[in-house]
Amino acid sequence: MPPNSPAIPSESPVALEARALVKRFGAVTAVDGISLEVRTGRVTAILGPSGSGKSTLLRCLNFLEVPDAGEVLFLGAPVRARDGALDALRSRVGMVFQQFNLFPHLLVWENVALAPRVARRLPAARARSLARDLLSRVGLADKADAHPSELSGGQQQRAAIARALAMEPAALLFDEPTSALDPELTGEVLSVMTALASEGMTMAVVTHEVSFARAVSHEVVFMDAGRVVERGTPSQVIDSPRNERTARFFAR
Amino acid sequence: MIGPDGRLTSGNTGRLSRAPWWLLALALGGTVFAWRAMTSQVYADILARILSGLGVTLAVTAVAFPLAIALGLATSLGLVSPHPVRRNVATLYVQVARGVPVLVQIFIVAFVLVPLGVDALRWLGGGALSGLRASDVPMAARVVAALVCAYGAFEAETIRGGLTSLPRGQAEAARALGLSHRQALLHVLLPQTFRRILPTLGNDLISLLKDSSLVSVLGVRDITQEARLYASSTFRYTESLTLLALLYLALTLLLALGVKALEQRYRRHAS
Repeated sequence: MPPNSPAIPSESPVALEARALVKRFGAVTAVDGISLEVRTGRVTAILGPSGSGKSTLLRCLNFLEVPDAGEVLFLGAPVRARDGALDALRSRVGMVFQQFNLFPHLLVWENVALAPRVARRLPAARARSLARDLLSRVGLADKADAHPSELSGGQQQRAAIARALAMEPAALLFDEPTSALDPELTGEVLSVMTALASEGMTMAVVTHEVSFARAVSHEVVFMDAGRVVERGTPSQVIDSPRNERTARFFAR
Repeated sequence: MIGPDGRLTSGNTGRLSRAPWWLLALALGGTVFAWRAMTSQVYADILARILSGLGVTLAVTAVAFPLAIALGLATSLGLVSPHPVRRNVATLYVQVARGVPVLVQIFIVAFVLVPLGVDALRWLGGGALSGLRASDVPMAARVVAALVCAYGAFEAETIRGGLTSLPRGQAEAARALGLSHRQALLHVLLPQTFRRILPTLGNDLISLLKDSSLVSVLGVRDITQEARLYASSTFRYTESLTLLALLYLALTLLLALGVKALEQRYRRHAS
């Protein structure tokens, strides 16, 4: 257990659950019958080599990819692709993308305020002050009135995290949040994520940052070829893996 | 030319080489012509006559363009719809309207569809509409309807192209935030699409302004019709047609400069 994270009882309730998920792209089975539990207040890190299906698994959790088989449950209730429950899931599960995907035609604070104003129907003034609060939380108070194109990659990703937080999500999904950043900018994004984790945010993180996973996550899931090869605490999976494939990956 | 630095227009960036000489040349020619026109009674007469049709030309364009964009927007959403009926209806309309000459469409709308529509209305409306005649529908309105039909198909293709050129991550981010399909379109995708297709829309607007001259075939008195009427009664073809062409040129140049200014404004953050 990481020393700086709050003590979470191991039986904390399941926020987001995948049951026997399958996703195929043509002849390729990207996700091959995976079950996964993301527990409330905990950080689940999903690691594995490129092409192992990590991102597809994460995207299936909020139906950016519609699974071919299996079930996704949000707070115990099953979610289907065309369903009122899907909008409920999406407005309560934030997503952070590898390419940030900020809206280039809006100012930074407008990016953050858009969903609260449109989807949650907050009054414009409240959405605006919420956006400014969240931006100062990720250290971007002075960039609120900038355009996204004027920000560095690390700043853009922190703005994207603020945007995801604006819907007051019950869980956050991170899809390789630092893979498009150079090493100097990776740190500022990881420290924002570490702060979120220590505040008890429920997070599922697909990442290549092994040291981040070791320091912050409560559970590590190691994937290869669409399957979960090994799972457990970070020290079990990363430092003393039992599976040969896992050992080879972390031996680098 | 693509320069050694990979820029589309590179090399001379000096003030002299960037100056819009073409505009200067046109302005010079225009001034000479305007001076001649002002000092000659014939030109003054022709100009006054042609300008009496300016309102019609501008009105036809100003009414038809927004309607064509609205029709194009609705059609483009049909073109990208997963719903097979919507997609096929939209595709059928685009292919037909794009494949028939604008002039032929004007004839068909004016002399086939409008009379048919009036008959249908009379039949549906029973006694209340029995006095309705096809001749009650002004020719200008028929032409506007035809231009909207023709240009709606172009705008549909333009908007569809703009929509599909956006990175997929934009729609994903919008939907992942809990925005509905409609909200994602309205607040995220369409604003970016319109910034991207602005140059094409400008072209289409200029094109529509020129095609508004087709109203003259139905006898609507726009600037083209006034010039033709004047020329045929006085045999002053050279003067009338030159003035007419210059007037169109002035109008389209104004539009082009306006569109360029809008482009400059949006260029930096268009994504």
